[in-house]
Amino acid sequence: MATPDIIDTLAGIEPGSALDAIRARRLQARENAQKSYLSLFAPIDASDFSLAERAAVAAFVTGLHGESPVAAFYRDKLAANADGARLSEAIDAEIARGRTSGPYGSYPAGPLSVENTAGLIYRVSAAGKPALGARLAAALEHAHLLVFRQRDAASDDMKALLAAGWSATGIVTFSQLVAFLSFQLRVVSGLRTLAAASA
Amino acid sequence: MSTVNPPVAFTQDELGWVSWIDPLPETGLTERHYAGLVDRARAKSEYFRLLVRDPEVLEARTKTDKDIFYNVTDGLPRAERELAAAATSRYNGCIYCASVHARFASTYSKRRDDVQRLLDEGVKADLGERWNAIVKASVALAATPIAFGPDNIAELRRAGLDDAEIVDVINGASFFNWANRLMLSLGEPSK
Repeated sequence: MATPDIIDTLAGIEPGSALDAIRARRLQARENAQKSYLSLFAPIDASDFSLAERAAVAAFVTGLHGESPVAAFYRDKLAANADGARLSEAIDAEIARGRTSGPYGSYPAGPLSVENTAGLIYRVSAAGKPALGARLAAALEHAHLLVFRQRDAASDDMKALLAAGWSATGIVTFSQLVAFLSFQLRVVSGLRTLAAASA
Repeated sequence: MSTVNPPVAFTQDELGWVSWIDPLPETGLTERHYAGLVDRARAKSEYFRLLVRDPEVLEARTKTDKDIFYNVTDGLPRAERELAAAATSRYNGCIYCASVHARFASTYSKRRDDVQRLLDEGVKADLGERWNAIVKASVALAATPIAFGPDNIAELRRAGLDDAEIVDVINGASFFNWANRLMLSLGEPSK
């Protein structure tokens, strides 16, 4: 019937466990985190952002966070996608190039400038571009910004995506996907840590 | 666009927000879009009319948000859920999100000066054992790679939080890693 709850699956939460009961107290949040996942990865309309692109961006974003059950899940999802499997090798290579520690970046000039922190400005490798194509290359560069240096975001970054062939609607869904994964990774990590501390 | 006046410091003042790409025009919204907005009044907001370009994702995101923050029949007090949101936003650098949730944290906690110190001094500000534990846990969750670990759980427990309240911290802080990335990258705040 219903798809198994993805956060419960990734966090290893068993029916009837203490954390299952705690999550049940926020039933609307639990059900809508699931609906968020489904509307991003099984959308009713994928014309502005294909399923293969979604899987590739998800594998990249979760891989940038380091090895985890979540990263493994999205790597497998990409490998299982008929159009995406050929991208797996290129995505793995870009993850290795893009891994760093965040958040870093710059604030608008003023009193917060003392908190500006330099870090990697990731660009897709020349070797990766032919396999990924212009749309996905631009998406990975923007996804890296969203993961590690979100406070650097500027209107020019939107122009770069539009120039690479992304529609405004595609940019919204793509941004939601990266932002949602940032949430999902943390909920899963937090719940796993709590479960381990209670064992 | 010529009227944008971006804030250069964290503040509890009310800010506007201006999109960098085109929101949908209010006159073109259909029932599918209104379902995505959840609250019809959100059609007045540029931010929500932008996100409603994908109504199904917006609807699910909005309902997740509301339950994590507004469902206070049990669990962590609203003030401390807002503290987790404000601390996450301060650490990630989202001046707009921090302004909204710092105001909520002040309203519900009646500790406006402590909330202001979080904004002025940053996430290392000493706000007392319980708030320090919540801020530290939120910061550890926001880091990439994620730095949240057993020490954070132990600190939250020592500060008096039970496991259901700790899950509220995890949910609230994690959710702002979603919200911050949208607010920071699709447009900018304006005074």
